[in-house]
Amino acid sequence: MEQLLNDFSFGLFFWQTLLFILLLFLLRKFAWKPILNAVDEREDGIKNALEEAENARKEIQNLTADNERILKEARAERDILLKEAREMKDSMITDAKEEAKAQATKVIEQAKATIEAEKHAAITEIKNQVAELSLGIAEKVMRSELSDKNRQIKLVEDMLKEVTIS
Amino acid sequence: MYRINLIKNITLLFLVITFSVSAQHDPAVEVQAENSNPEADLKTEIKNDIRHHIKDAYEFVFFSDSKTGKKYGFSLPVILIDNGLHVFMASEFNHGESLVQKGGNYYKLYHSKIYKTDSEGHINYDINHFPTNEKPLDLSITKGVISILTVSLLLFLLFTGLAKSYVKNGAIPKGIGRFFEPIVIYVRDEIAIPNIGEKHYKRYMNYLLTVFFFIWFSNLLGLTPFGVNITGNIAVTFALALVTFIITLFSGNKNYWKHIFWMPGVPVPMKIILAPIELLGVFIKPFALMIRLFANMSAGHIVVYSLLGLMFIFNNFIGSSFSFVLAFVISILELLVAVLQAYIFTILSALYFGFAVAEEH
Repeated sequence: MEQLLNDFSFGLFFWQTLLFILLLFLLRKFAWKPILNAVDEREDGIKNALEEAENARKEIQNLTADNERILKEARAERDILLKEAREMKDSMITDAKEEAKAQATKVIEQAKATIEAEKHAAITEIKNQVAELSLGIAEKVMRSELSDKNRQIKLVEDMLKEVTIS
Repeated sequence: MYRINLIKNITLLFLVITFSVSAQHDPAVEVQAENSNPEADLKTEIKNDIRHHIKDAYEFVFFSDSKTGKKYGFSLPVILIDNGLHVFMASEFNHGESLVQKGGNYYKLYHSKIYKTDSEGHINYDINHFPTNEKPLDLSITKGVISILTVSLLLFLLFTGLAKSYVKNGAIPKGIGRFFEPIVIYVRDEIAIPNIGEKHYKRYMNYLLTVFFFIWFSNLLGLTPFGVNITGNIAVTFALALVTFIITLFSGNKNYWKHIFWMPGVPVPMKIILAPIELLGVFIKPFALMIRLFANMSAGHIVVYSLLGLMFIFNNFIGSSFSFVLAFVISILELLVAVLQAYIFTILSALYFGFAVAEEH
């Protein structure tokens, strides 16, 4: 211990303290501050970059989810539209069929009516013609009949008989 | 881990002290050595070399030739404040052989220290064989100061370079900064934040980073063949621990002082007993920091140097290669110790700051 105390050099202590404190201040200003700042900045930068990447990843995930949702919705809508269209088509076909049927029935009815009317008219005409023909025949017959006096009287008599009966 | 370290430190401290005690009788040994056999001479020489290496010096010696007494290196300026400022080169001492006269005073270099002597250069000793001569206020630029300057300059250039590379290179470090940036982040994430807490750690980052790299680089520089020994010098570790101590004192909040002087949650008699213990702890903590770093680093230096010295004492193929391998292994271990001690000093400083700013829970 005494040897140590005897060996203790005040000059070296003085220079060491002075130089060390000087070194402390110089290094603080020119080395440690810029180095630690640069390291901190870089670490912050890396942290931010990682966070940003994470955010971007999440965003992309959200976007994909959105896309999928939209796609699903679109598909569903398409399905609905198709269904509606199908239904509409079916109903239209049914309607058209019914209408056509109704129309056809109507036309048939009309045709039937026309036919009936025509038939009536034809029958009437035939009747008229038959009557005319009958008259003509009767006239001819009459002429031939009335050439004989007896026959005329007989005929009148017969006719009168008939009239009374009817 | 802390306890193991403490035990290790205490053992190392004993080692150092025993070594120092044995070194105290050196002057007598030196005189003896001149007449004794060459092997003892070699041992003494190695011992002296180690002792000189551990101590600070007024010259930078790369290698020396003991036969011719020549030393290859350069001397450094001596700055003395003693009735005025005296500045001269240490070469004037001629490695302790000449007296230097400045401003009417005589100065002598004796065992890596400058003493004021009479004109004859007499050194008086006390009973422990320590010189009792007056020491002038010595602010010399010694080998240690040069080494501290080198480490500081290295740190400054390295980390301002790293700071600039962020600006130039767009927040990505370049070159050697790629190696040091993870260490800076490690100090922040594993030392500062867990011990001090998210809220306060930023204030202490400057100190923790500086002290970590300063100690680490100093320790590493101590492992180079230049033979510098910064962190193995108690004046340096004292200065470092003092800064930690002062920062802790000024960071202490109400809660910290309350835990020292009036421990909450224990009976009053215990509070009275605990107060002086806790107060003592305030001083012991930085003291332990100082001793731990000093003892570890000087012990490492002594072990490596001793093993290298053993090579010359064995002076045969088997023994020398064995001690070389051992020295090599210990050097590798010292590389680990260099960073470990820096880590321990930093993490304990952070822990003390953490105590000082802890909120009541």
